[in-house]
Parts: sequence; C-alpha cells; structure tokens
Amino acid sequence: MQVPAPIEYERATSVEHAIGLLTRLGDEARLIAGGHSLLPMMKLRLANPEYLIDINDLHGQLSYIDIGATRVRIGAMTRHRELLESVALAEVCPIFRDAERVIADPPVRNRGTLGGALCQADPSEDLSSVCTTLDASCVIRGRDGERVVSMDDFHRGPYETAVRHDEMLIEVRIPMRPHGSSAYAKVDRRAGDWAVAAAGAALWLDEHGTIADARVGLAAVGPNTTGIPAISEALRGRAPGEDAWTEAAAIAEAACRPVTDSRGSADYKRHLAGELTRRTLRTAWERVVAWR
Amino acid sequence: MEVTLSVNGEPVTRDVEARLLLVHFLRDELGLTGTHWGCDTSNCGSCVVLYDDEPVKSCTVLTAMAGGHDVRTVEDLEQDEVLDPVQQGFMECHGLQCGFCTPGMLMSARALLDRDPDPSEDVIREAISGQICRCTGYASIVRSVRWAAVHPEGRSEA
Ligand SMILES: Cc1cc2nc3c(=O)[nH]c(=O)nc-3n(C[C@H](O)[C@H](O)[C@H](O)COP(=O)(O)OP(=O)(O)OC[C@H]3O[C@@H](n4cnc5c(N)ncnc54)[C@H](O)[C@@H]3O)c2cc1C
Ligand code: FES
Ligand code: FES
Repeated sequence: MQVPAPIEYERATSVEHAIGLLTRLGDEARLIAGGHSLLPMMKLRLANPEYLIDINDLHGQLSYIDIGATRVRIGAMTRHRELLESVALAEVCPIFRDAERVIADPPVRNRGTLGGALCQADPSEDLSSVCTTLDASCVIRGRDGERVVSMDDFHRGPYETAVRHDEMLIEVRIPMRPHGSSAYAKVDRRAGDWAVAAAGAALWLDEHGTIADARVGLAAVGPNTTGIPAISEALRGRAPGEDAWTEAAAIAEAACRPVTDSRGSADYKRHLAGELTRRTLRTAWERVVAWR
Repeated sequence: MEVTLSVNGEPVTRDVEARLLLVHFLRDELGLTGTHWGCDTSNCGSCVVLYDDEPVKSCTVLTAMAGGHDVRTVEDLEQDEVLDPVQQGFMECHGLQCGFCTPGMLMSARALLDRDPDPSEDVIREAISGQICRCTGYASIVRSVRWAAVHPEGRSEA
C-alpha cells in the first residue's frame, strides 16, 4: 500500500497567508489544490514535501469565470467540473468544454483545478494546451505583488513553470477577439485516461472570411508542443479550407516529438498529432461560420 | 493533528496523522469498511464517497483536507432497514457480482440521481466512467441505475 511520507499540514485562509507560509517555510513547502496530481505523486514518493499548504478554503474567492467583451478571467481554483459545466464559457471558448469532457473522470473533475493542472505542467496535461491555444496569460502573485506572463513564458517544459516556490498562480486571462472560435480533440485508450495524443485549435477570421490568425497546441506528443507557432505563421492570410488544414497538419507532424510507450507508438502519435490538428481547425472554422 | 468532519451526518473528531488518506480514515479509524480501496493510482473508483454531496475518490483526499466537510459513505444509504433505491436496483438487476466496485458505483449513482432523476444510459455511463468493474461488463450496472430512476420510492411490493 502506497501512502505519502509524513507531512505537516496547514490551511491557508487567504492568498497573502498562503504566500506568507510559502515564504517562511521555503522549498520544502508545497501548495495543495485539488491534490489529484500531487497526492498520487506523494504516494509514489515522487514528491516529498515536508509541508502542505491547503488552498481549498480559497475556492470561494478564486473560483470564478468572468466573461467580458475583451477578455475572459478564470480563477485558479476553478475546478474541472465548473469549467465543464459553464454554459457561458462554452459559448465563447468551446475548446474548454471539448477538453473537459475528456479530462479524467467525474470524481477527479470534482476536485482537480485549473491552477493545479497548469502548475503541474505534465506533458500529457490538457489544459496547458488549451490555454496556450487561446493565447492566455497567467497572473502570478508573490510577496512583492503580481506579474502577468504569457502561457509561452509560463509553461517552461515538463513539470516546470514560471511560478517560483514562494508564488501562487491566481488567475488565467484569455483575450477575446471577434470572429473566432476554438475546438479540442483527444484520442485516449479508454474513458478517463490521459491522452495518447490531443490537439487544440483556435481560429479567427477577418471581415473577408480570410484567416486573420490561427493557433494550435498539442498534448502528449513531446515537450514544448503546447503551442506550434509555425502553424500560425502558415495560416495567417490564407483562405480557410482543407488545403490549409492539411498544411497545418503536416507542420504539427513535423514539430512533435512523441515517444513510443504503452499508449502507442511514436509513429501512431505523430499521425494523430496531424489528424487531430486537421480536425480541430476544421471544427473551429465550422463554429465561426455557424455563428456569423 | 485534530480533525473534525461530518461522516454520515454525525460529527467525528480524531487525532490523525496529516498524511492519512480519507479512505484509510474511514476504514481503519471509523471501521466503515464499506468504502473499498483498490488501487494506488486514483484510477479504480472503488473508494468513491460523497464529499459535500458529490462523488470524490477518497484515496486522493487527505483526512485533514476533509475537516469541516460532509462525507457520506455507502453505510448511510440504507435508512431504517429500507434499502436506497439504488441498492434495490443493484439487487433487482444483478448490478454486482463480486461486489468490490459496488460501494463506489452506488455512491456515484446516488449523486447522479440526486441531480438528474431521469438520466439516459449515456449519462449513467459517463457518471460511472471513473470507476472500474472487472465483473459485470457495466451493462447490468447501467440497468440497475435505470431501475432506481424508474422506482424512486424503491421497492413497492414489500
Ligand atoms: C485518474 C486521473 C486521471 C487524470 N486524467 C487527466 C487527463 O486526462 N487530462 C489532464 O489534463 N489531467 C488529468 N489528470 C490530472 C487532474 O486533472 C489533476 O487534477 C490536475 O492536473 C491537477 O490539479 P489539482 O488541482 O488536483 O492540483 P494539485 O495536485 O493540488 O497540485 C498540482 C501541482 O500544482 C501546484 N499548485 C496547485 N495550485 C497552485 C496554484 N494556484 N499556484 C501555484 N501552484 C499550484 C501544487 O503545489 C502541485 O505542485 C488526471 C488525474 C487523475 C488522478
Ligand atoms: S482506491 Fe482506486 S481510485 Fe481510490
Ligand atoms: S462486481 Fe466485481 S468489480 Fe464490479
């Protein structure tokens, strides 16, 4: 039976309190949000913090989905289930509902949080790709105030983010642009499993129906593929359609670096990266057109 | 550390290690062995309990985190010697064989019916998708939950 090593536990009563505890306790302290990445790692002794600072009492304060004309703000403690069930969020960013439907399973989604998912930065984790695709930025708070970093700067690589040990992710901000939509698609072996491969796409059209901008992010196919900037460059100014999606798919296949494991061979995952890029771009475009 | 939480409607206070998982607290400290524990990877769902009325994997929550919250286990389904409709449904429709997954399945089913009294088969399948049954092939579990939906008063002919 696997159980975590002995720990000290304290509940944060405010963001300031949490940051104060992190500062005072140093490297050996970790925040625990949903705990659905951290506790499994502690059972495996892959993570061995001495102190856990429980931030679940901040759920009331840090779980919100605030949809404005120019941006969407989502609190770091917003749980997967809240993201899945928000009709208003699905209207402006359908990629969230697409992704949340296939992230883990209902009991896990009742606990896991947006902030925990992004800070875990697991290479197979879905929301980092979603947020990168949406060109989101992250609000990080520390002793000396807040800083805002883009997802590209936030997500440093597998299990590594821009959040320092005495800082906390507070909020994710997503810019809203007109005539855009988004989609996510994932292939998994069975319900609730991590992705064999997954892709997210967002697309914006100009007034002539040409692609003003497009973004694609991948999950589970190698480090640093949560965004594929070359696809944006190739698609800007193009006419939407199968030729454009095929070119984007080829770029995704070339850019990813999957490894063979129990979920599938590298070749299969590479094929999926391309095919899912094609499908999500197509869906995002169909959604923009359906809206107009 | 001292933790106070509500279990099946009763407040309980215990001195526990901060690292103690809720599933072990329920089973070993309180003797509520209806909640099962089947894996170390948060995958099997046999440990599912209701946590503030929603299904949660009790192997992936610290007892300390549950302080101040409401936990409901399978032991609380039967009231005054009357089975909950979901329990009756599992009996009527052979929703279990070995019974290992059953407590978690029952709790997820109860939470589902509390929100959605008439769920479709697809909705039921989604609700139990975080839980593994190695015996039934799920079809009879889905039928059992449907039985409970159709018979919200449980067994009538008794
Ligand atoms: C069975 C199972 C299946 C899963 N399947 C998927 C899947 O298909 N796709 C997927 O994307 N994920 C999946 N997950 C992961 C799940 O979504 C986790 O809940 C999520 O990744 C982490 O969120 P959490 O709130 O539980 O984080 P925690 O485990 O609490 O924390 C994770 C890390 O982030 C840090 N942290 C948490 N919040 C903050 C904050 N606000 N500021 C700074 N640091 C913070 C913690 O210190 C810790 O290091 C699965 C998990 C399980 C158990
Ligand atoms: S014991 Fe397997 S998910 Fe909790
Ligand atoms: S009845 Fe045996 S595991 Fe479900």
